[in-house]
Amino acid sequence: MEITARSLWTMIHGMGFGALYLMACSGALVELHRRYGSPLRPSIEVSDERFLRIYLIVMSVLAWLTVLSGTYIVYPWYRAIPPVGAASLAAFPQRLLLSSPATSGWHSIGMEWKEHVAWLVPISITMAASVFVRHGRNLKSQPELRSAVLTFVWVSLLAAGIAGFFGAMINKNAPVEGGATLRLAEGAGR
Amino acid sequence: MSALHVTEYPKSRNFPNGGGAAAILAAGIGAFLVAAFAIAADKIAVIKSLMIFYKPTGPLSGVTTCAIAGWLLVWLVLHTAWRSRMVDIGRVRTVALVLLILGVMLTFPPIADLL
Repeated sequence: MEITARSLWTMIHGMGFGALYLMACSGALVELHRRYGSPLRPSIEVSDERFLRIYLIVMSVLAWLTVLSGTYIVYPWYRAIPPVGAASLAAFPQRLLLSSPATSGWHSIGMEWKEHVAWLVPISITMAASVFVRHGRNLKSQPELRSAVLTFVWVSLLAAGIAGFFGAMINKNAPVEGGATLRLAEGAGR
Repeated sequence: MSALHVTEYPKSRNFPNGGGAAAILAAGIGAFLVAAFAIAADKIAVIKSLMIFYKPTGPLSGVTTCAIAGWLLVWLVLHTAWRSRMVDIGRVRTVALVLLILGVMLTFPPIADLL
């Protein structure tokens, strides 16, 4: 059972940081709506408030790790240019996608959207975390401030979902492969 | 009542909301800047080459670095100006959300290509 270094980094970027962010974002939205949705809701414990602050800060770190690992580690492998006369485009995912009308849209629409819209995620969640750290439980009695923060978190979920969907589909059609091969386990030989 | 419980918010409406408003508006501007720089780099060859801060990543490196730098700069300026003030959060929210939605829409290639 083997995996290439590039494939491993792609998994860390997408299934590690990215997917974890998506799950964490769902949890954050539930908690924010449950705790802060109305001033008539039950009281908020200081420990809950502290937990949510740390939770949103961790989400911000995850969002930054996702876009930075994607942009500066995985994307250069994705957009690598093959040498003249290359026999196979398997190691050049962008060129492989563009080589067929059946797959070119995954780059021209999917990757072109994903590589930019993903950056709205760390911007949005960093803002949400900072507002929450600054205002905390006061958000409960400031509905307009609270609804703005919640909307940004919802949009961050949407943007992360777009990036995650296209990332998965692009990697399905033209996987980022190459680099050192890591042996994870020995299979039973026949 | 447990000391850990917070049940009343008597001063919260008077708590200066300028810091939060600055963060929200700056985030909206930051989201829009991502789309604006991406479109500029896509349409104008000179800007595209100027945006290559890190060659393996190409123009995306400059587009995102400039957008993030712009966002942080706007945030710093707005925060400095508003941090101890009460601002009209309704208007700030509307402008920020319009910019955020524009950011999402204008990064979508079929829409960006219409410009």
